[in-house]
Amino acid sequence: MIEATGIKNIIKPENLVYKKSSVMTDNVLSYCPGCGHGTANRILAEVIEEMGIQSKTIGVSPVGCSVLLYNFLDVDMQEAAHGRAPAVATAIKRLIPDSFVFTYQGDGDLAAIGTAETIHACNRGENILIIFVNNGIYGMTGGQMAPTTLPGMKSSTSPAGRDVKTMGNPLKMTEIVATLPGTYYVTRQSVHTPANVRKTKKAIRKAVEYQKLDRGTCFIEIVSNCNSGWKMTPVQANKWMEETMFPYYPLGDIKVPVEESVK
Amino acid sequence: MKKELRLMKGNEAIAEAAIRAGTDGYFGYPITPQSEILEYLMEANPYETTGMVVLQAESEVAAINMVYGGAACGKKVMTSSSSPGISLKQEGISYIAGAELPCLIVNVARGGPGLGTIQPAQSDYFQSVKGGGHGDYHLIVLAPASVQEMADFVELGFDLAFKYRNPVLILSDGAIGQMMEKVYLNPPKPRSSEILEWATTGKPTTRERNIITSLDLDPNGQENFNLKLQAKYENIRKNEVRYEEFQCDDAQYLLVAYGTSARVCQKSVQIAREQGLKVGLLRPITLFPFPSERISELSDRVRGILSVEMSAGQMVEDVQLSVGCKVPVKHFGRMGGIVTTPDEVVDFLKLNIIGG
Repeated sequence: MIEATGIKNIIKPENLVYKKSSVMTDNVLSYCPGCGHGTANRILAEVIEEMGIQSKTIGVSPVGCSVLLYNFLDVDMQEAAHGRAPAVATAIKRLIPDSFVFTYQGDGDLAAIGTAETIHACNRGENILIIFVNNGIYGMTGGQMAPTTLPGMKSSTSPAGRDVKTMGNPLKMTEIVATLPGTYYVTRQSVHTPANVRKTKKAIRKAVEYQKLDRGTCFIEIVSNCNSGWKMTPVQANKWMEETMFPYYPLGDIKVPVEESVK
Repeated sequence: MKKELRLMKGNEAIAEAAIRAGTDGYFGYPITPQSEILEYLMEANPYETTGMVVLQAESEVAAINMVYGGAACGKKVMTSSSSPGISLKQEGISYIAGAELPCLIVNVARGGPGLGTIQPAQSDYFQSVKGGGHGDYHLIVLAPASVQEMADFVELGFDLAFKYRNPVLILSDGAIGQMMEKVYLNPPKPRSSEILEWATTGKPTTRERNIITSLDLDPNGQENFNLKLQAKYENIRKNEVRYEEFQCDDAQYLLVAYGTSARVCQKSVQIAREQGLKVGLLRPITLFPFPSERISELSDRVRGILSVEMSAGQMVEDVQLSVGCKVPVKHFGRMGGIVTTPDEVVDFLKLNIIGG
């Protein structure tokens, strides 16, 4: 047993290897254990802190598990109606042009009910960052089929697996928005390993820089897990994500700024 | 500075008044009979002069959510549409009411249900004053009866919206939107640079973060919030009732009508008086809050009341609630885009109230 004085000896600045971002609140994360949202929230907070843009940041989190973000991020935030975050963010950025505006949306929100708002905000080239967390399922409502649910994948509304003949095909929104002239930077990442976390954080950092340039919409998809909805352990879920989700939703940049690709 | 006299359509008057009121943003979508508002603003291009953002959205749904986003930044923002488009906005309006955001919404109403017609109607009364979207909420509803009031109610609407942090609806119709009258316009006001303490404008180190939301999963919290909303509506009922009386002093019979119907009924009062009938008109200017108290007072002095509305009879329910069973209250109106004539009103009054 470590004595109280022993703990005090350990808690010293020089022993610090990891620190909670000052842009994270003290609220306890309420996501399911193993869920990727917590990591995605954290790196977003870290980027905001490291780039010193807390006082400029206005976030929008709409309906779904993503709505919880405003409990954890210590920035000004708006909760939006289901699917409408890109429209809400459009007005914020137009009215306060020197702010950093982002949306944080799930796949049901962005790729089903909010398809029109997503496509048109990207098509207008709204100078905002859209973070799209795709876990192939409606998590908060209890695991129903999403527009991104894979063929054959079971959910509470596709109990025999998604039959694409009657239920449609998974929608690749990231590829769709990449075809629009209004998007400036479109990438697909994940947060299930330390290496991937670093890559995603780098992508968010780039998007913040690009927003300052006023060149158009930045769109970052984070392919993530929903171990509760998928009825798997966190370890199984990450393995299934690598084996089944990534072949359909391959990671990597889809559209990079012309200036950068020339370099 | 002096007011400027212009000859304008009601829709144009709203657009020009919005620029002059220092509006920060307008977000709209075309629909007849109100498209002139968006067209006028695009032509005027106020971004170059006042910095006012004007954006044609991809849908009414997107437009009202842009209003939500702008209002949550404490900005003076507005949208306009006509009946079917206002139906589409109801989700966003409910969220705006639930997040207690100030904004201005204009409905240049047309006949329904469904796609209905592009001609004027007053059949959106229930939707406007009883809620429209989900949940227990009210808009402050202003009913202009002239092009002058279309212009004046923009500024009044914003003042009330910010005073109470509540959405304000201007309930007009295709007749007032399309007709041309002379209008005195206020001198232009600059846009406000004030940063409101509750607004999401980026969190400085000097305050806690601001969160704009209508969500509270704790039922006790949500009930307390609803009680707070109801107290606000009670306060609005006490302080913001507006109406106009026309020859009510000696009236034995009372017409109650708003907007276009009130214009028609002014003529009906004249015609009736020429025939020796002592008829007066009460015109509600605010539909929420409704001038119930005044109608109740007048009902002590008159023999019967006729509520005139271009609908199947919606406002008549509020008139009846104001009057109780003291005197007979009936409804007369045309539907589907037909504007009632003054003679029809007098004939109905004679047959069903005076003779009845």
